[in-house]
Amino acid sequence: MSDIQNHLSGLESEAIEIMREVVSETDNPVMLYSVGKDSAVMLHIAKKAFYPSLPPFPLMHIDTTWKFQEMYKLRDKAAKESGMDLIIHQNADAKKKKINPFDHGALHTEMWKTEGLKQALNEYKFDAAFGGARRDEEKSRAKERIFSFRNSQHRWEPKAQRPELWSVYNTRKAKGESMRVFPISNWTELDIWQYIYFEEIEIVPLYFAALRPTVIRDGMILMVDDDRFPLKASEGIVMRSIRFRTLGCYPLTGAIESNASTLTQVIQEMLLTTTSERQGRTIDNDPSASMETKKQQGYF
Amino acid sequence: MAQDINAYLENHQNKTLLRFITCGSVDDGKSTLIGRLLYDSKMIFEDQLAQLQVDSKKIGTQGQELDFALLVDGLAAEREQGITIDVAYQFFTTEKRKFIVADTPGHKQYTRNMVTGASNAELAVILIDARKGVLTQTRRHSYICHLLGIKNIILAVNKMDLVNYNQAIFDAIISDYKKFANSIGISKFTAIPISAFKGINVTVYSNLMPWYNGQTLMTHLEGVKLGRERDRAQGFRMPVQWVNRPNLDFRGFSGKVASGTVKLGDTVSIQPAGKTSHIDRIVTYDGDLDSASVGQSITLVLSEELDCSRGQVITASESPLEVADQFETTLIWMGDEALIPGRSLYLKIGTQTVSATVAEPKYQINISTTEHIAAKTLELNAIGVANIITDRPIPFTPYSENRTLGGFILIDKLTNTTVGAGLINFALRRSQNIYWQVTEINRDHRAKLKNQRPAILWMTGVSGSGKSTIANEVEKKLASRNLHTFLLDGDNVRHGLNKDLGFTDADRIENMRRVGEVAKLMIDAGLIVITAFISPFRSERKMVRDMITPGEFIEIYVDTPLSIAEQRDVKGLYAKARSGQLKNFTGIDSPYEAPDSPEIHIDTTVMTIDEAAARIVNFLMRQKL
Repeated sequence: MSDIQNHLSGLESEAIEIMREVVSETDNPVMLYSVGKDSAVMLHIAKKAFYPSLPPFPLMHIDTTWKFQEMYKLRDKAAKESGMDLIIHQNADAKKKKINPFDHGALHTEMWKTEGLKQALNEYKFDAAFGGARRDEEKSRAKERIFSFRNSQHRWEPKAQRPELWSVYNTRKAKGESMRVFPISNWTELDIWQYIYFEEIEIVPLYFAALRPTVIRDGMILMVDDDRFPLKASEGIVMRSIRFRTLGCYPLTGAIESNASTLTQVIQEMLLTTTSERQGRTIDNDPSASMETKKQQGYF
Repeated sequence: MAQDINAYLENHQNKTLLRFITCGSVDDGKSTLIGRLLYDSKMIFEDQLAQLQVDSKKIGTQGQELDFALLVDGLAAEREQGITIDVAYQFFTTEKRKFIVADTPGHKQYTRNMVTGASNAELAVILIDARKGVLTQTRRHSYICHLLGIKNIILAVNKMDLVNYNQAIFDAIISDYKKFANSIGISKFTAIPISAFKGINVTVYSNLMPWYNGQTLMTHLEGVKLGRERDRAQGFRMPVQWVNRPNLDFRGFSGKVASGTVKLGDTVSIQPAGKTSHIDRIVTYDGDLDSASVGQSITLVLSEELDCSRGQVITASESPLEVADQFETTLIWMGDEALIPGRSLYLKIGTQTVSATVAEPKYQINISTTEHIAAKTLELNAIGVANIITDRPIPFTPYSENRTLGGFILIDKLTNTTVGAGLINFALRRSQNIYWQVTEINRDHRAKLKNQRPAILWMTGVSGSGKSTIANEVEKKLASRNLHTFLLDGDNVRHGLNKDLGFTDADRIENMRRVGEVAKLMIDAGLIVITAFISPFRSERKMVRDMITPGEFIEIYVDTPLSIAEQRDVKGLYAKARSGQLKNFTGIDSPYEAPDSPEIHIDTTVMTIDEAAARIVNFLMRQKL
């Protein structure tokens, strides 16, 4: 990525600048590592930003205990290879109450992910957390700042966002307040894939097509990743050639049927694709949520 | 097929990136234009398109046809909800380039959003409704784009379909705009007649306007020359972002090159210190480089071991930067509260943060007419010219030369919010010709002679709280211990040094600044300074605290409830203030901001004057002063 003329090296250089700024101006940063492709890219850039030093912050995985097995495998391997500390946080409360995606739906995400993250940030007193969100993912993210300020209750106030000019970032905050920082805000899904291709970054094999045990439920292809998957009487496990465009908790992540088993085939398929990346996620498709938003906007 | 995709990737890898901004209101068809660009460059997915078809029918404004505006109009929804309209970023890519569009609303009350979007843009598309021609809004957008240094301006005359593709109308608009553009210093722009709604001259030519033989909007966006060339031609400059020290054997300076090119062996200066060294290595994760240029994030190793830290700038030694601490600047005020001249703020430029004060503006600019208006302050979204003084010299370039080294933000010290953005116009001469005179007998020497450590006992509290009385008692107690003191009293200072100042916010701040400077001189003389000033604002108490060596500023909150102070009313001032004879009286019609964590808290409702004074003296003695 040394040729500055092209757009990927420009995006990489910008991400490096952002990471160095955080390390210079905050007390206790952490990198949220979700094991997905965006996290993989972010971790790779972190190695570059501080070389020959190791990135001077730990990685943190907010674990829901319902991720794909292959994600856990790569998480441990990638963390070990990076030489960085890996913090794994599980929400003890959610664990005690046996909160799971099959029985609890949205509450599962709320407790394990949202609450789990807040717990971990409070426990370790992190004042800056790197995240791999991108502005091209959805409309509301298109407006979030690269340095996104959180009050002491970790709330984001879209109305009170700080103007972000040039690459001069205001990182000042009072005690107890924190920032979420998104170094790859300006990357698109295609940029991510190209970067993985050119930099030869290891990603979870689930992004590549293979024969996997699946069940179709509510129009989504779900992978039966372990024996916690409760099958309904009408459902049978079928081996299908599938892959994932995005990874989360396995019971909530829809696969697509595909034969693209190599990186170039995946990129090729992506270029020809006709649906957006987040379509495979149940969270975004929750009809009541979008309906409510629409009502607020006065459409009906 | 695999070879095709490799070829595709190699080709795509060599695309350049163009960031641009679109200006104009929804009425001008801005959202429709962006939606059209996304649609025509195939950035719309099937599920989004299906949603668009549904929405277009239900809430669209284009009959049965697709309403592209709905693709990007998070903004419209925001407006209906009455919340802050913001910058939204859209991404699309073509065979030649990748684009990031900053989509900002155009109304006057959103100037700060537009400035934010323009700060990173290399090109601006200014939309005009062919039926309406050049409007006040067009002038304002053009002015801001030009101010923020955007060199490529496209005037997209939209809705040509609604004026029968009439060339005369187009020509009249161009000639009208040209007059205005020249008057504000825009020497060239490109005008394109389009219909975003019908997709005419956006990505595809149309024979409906045979009289137009220029490029389509997309062709122009793909071909325009990037400003990087200009930055590359300048001298090498890199603000140090982070000192990279993995072990004792390696010491590198990490940063992103702001201009020019650096090569192995080059002689460089570290500014503002001005020491020189040579480039020994240019380190990256992907291997050492022989040279690096503008835009690259690198780590430099110097051949001579030098003191160099974050905030300093490494420059080619043949083209050093100017260094100064007083500037004329153009400011865009972004705070909800108006600028208070004289108040201390943080100024962040490049990787350096310093304390700074803004003087009373020379003038405000009416951005619709570019007229200069007299101004005492700048309100939210106002643009004006004002001098700025920083607490130490900083290396810089005028903004017109380089955005990184000439653009800064202003941060409120208490709320930590970004309250302004600024562009350095030039350094004021007077700052460069006054040097600090080093004296041989220093403050430590003077303090030792007096057998004490200097400090400042800063009493704050409402009028009539008992500050002066307690201060007087403290001074007597210290004098009896043979300590050398000086009591600066608020009323007394206003008889002499500050007799030109009134009681407006700006004058109160200047009052504090002068008192702070005098107290500082006295501390240098080795004295224990006792002050008794209402000093109602946290910012100014912090300003004085920041001027003094840490540990030497002792804030004492003389805490008397307003009702009790008013009851006492020793000087009869409360009565005057209540009857309206005295304006801006603290506690009545001007606020008092109590200290959050003073070193000493004196509650006068439970303590006598003697007890209060004893407590303060004991505190000093415990500090071994």
